[in-house]
Amino acid sequence: MKALRDALAPLAALVILLALWETVARVFSFNPMVLPPPSTIGLEASRSAGSLLSGALSTGRSALVGFGLSTGVGVLAAIILSSSRVLERALYPYALFLQMVPIIAIAPVLVVWFGHGARAVAVSSFIVSVFPVIANTHTGMRSVDPALRDMFRLYGARRVATLWKLELPASLPHLFTGLRVASGLSVVGAIVGEWVAGVVEGDSGLGILVLVANRQGNTALVFAAVLAASALGLLLFGAVSLTGERMLRRWHPSASGS
Amino acid sequence: MRISGIRRTFSGGVSVLDGLDLDVAAGSFVALVGPSGCGKSTLLRMVAGLDRPDAGTLTFSPPLEHTPGARPPIAFVFQDAHLLPWRSVLDNVALPLELAGVPAPERHASAHALLQEVGLGDATSRYPAQLSGGMRMRVSLARALVTRPRLLLLDEPFAALDELTRNRLDDQLLALWKELGMTVLFVTHSLSEAAYLAERVVVLSRRPARVMLDRRLALPPERLPALRADPGFAREMGLLLQALEQGEAA
Repeated sequence: MKALRDALAPLAALVILLALWETVARVFSFNPMVLPPPSTIGLEASRSAGSLLSGALSTGRSALVGFGLSTGVGVLAAIILSSSRVLERALYPYALFLQMVPIIAIAPVLVVWFGHGARAVAVSSFIVSVFPVIANTHTGMRSVDPALRDMFRLYGARRVATLWKLELPASLPHLFTGLRVASGLSVVGAIVGEWVAGVVEGDSGLGILVLVANRQGNTALVFAAVLAASALGLLLFGAVSLTGERMLRRWHPSASGS
Repeated sequence: MRISGIRRTFSGGVSVLDGLDLDVAAGSFVALVGPSGCGKSTLLRMVAGLDRPDAGTLTFSPPLEHTPGARPPIAFVFQDAHLLPWRSVLDNVALPLELAGVPAPERHASAHALLQEVGLGDATSRYPAQLSGGMRMRVSLARALVTRPRLLLLDEPFAALDELTRNRLDDQLLALWKELGMTVLFVTHSLSEAAYLAERVVVLSRRPARVMLDRRLALPPERLPALRADPGFAREMGLLLQALEQGEAA
């Protein structure tokens, strides 16, 4: 019931926005190549449902692989960065560098390294989404309660035990903040990757669909594909948030009472 | 068991402890009182081995060595409960044994027994976020005692609690001390708490800390709540307060 009530306001806003858009597009009879009315987009989406779905599956797969890589590599990098001050000072600037890489500029290099297709797309997704995982997990591991560190030391805990039983669990809330950001970014990274490294034949993703529809002047399909990509990002975001809430429900204030 | 010859420590350019001697007899309950920032906590951390003195020695007889795999002989209770929020009460209390490599059934049995003693026998599967401040502190106390330490260090453990809860925890601590017989070093800034709990109270000056008063209290060994209203208790409090004020002015 509460969920329904919470969803009411944004739903109403959406309906009003769509109605307004439809009216404006029809009354001023915009060229549908410039601004297709929502009804046209909907019609186009249902007509191209097949290619939208297979595109979403392809992009989703690449984004999922990129996101998985980001999670694994990101947590590992954070563990390495947190293991010593010297390593942190030596390596953190380069982790930051990853964040600054203009993906659209480096994507051609990815094609050289990984060839056209899903592999390069997944790597692009990974590069775009890994930094928030590193940065947040690292922050989490650095902000472990010093008294708890003292306690582990007092009880003669080994390095590995401290990592598993203190540092990693303590940084879970931070990790999930990073993963939520990374989930949306991984889809963005996959779409951009497809623009440069995607393949048109057979297994083509939403990014390719956008390119092709755009070239054909089918703006309605472009909109439909963009919507599908956003839905994909939301889906991943929702799954990550839900997992995080379940894991943290019992102990973290951010997960309870909301 | 005896701690002797704690001397001379500096930290960050500030002289916190400048040649301090203190002997503590095995099995005794000693309270350390002093103005805030006088170095009580630093002293406690050095006894625990969490901090190193720049000079001077800390000796225990018989030696308190922590051999890997064995139960650690020293336990520390911090100012706040500092529990692991992702662990149940039982697993929090069992943690020191877990880190010492004690098998699960055995450490859970030990943890259960201690939780029973602090009156939390039916809260074992709850999580720290679901407990009151007083309950969390009792879990923290149970965690410290689960290893059956020979030396228990407490750093203003109940300072954040309301007075009634604090008095109740004081009684619980005394009962556990009587039962388990470990040496207790209790840092507090509450004179009444020190007088109520300890056999012996050491009053420190502001830093660098010197011993202003080292007094074996003339109070009955059996501490009951009625003692707080006793004239003898008031007299001891007066003596402690005087020493504390002198230490502050020195």
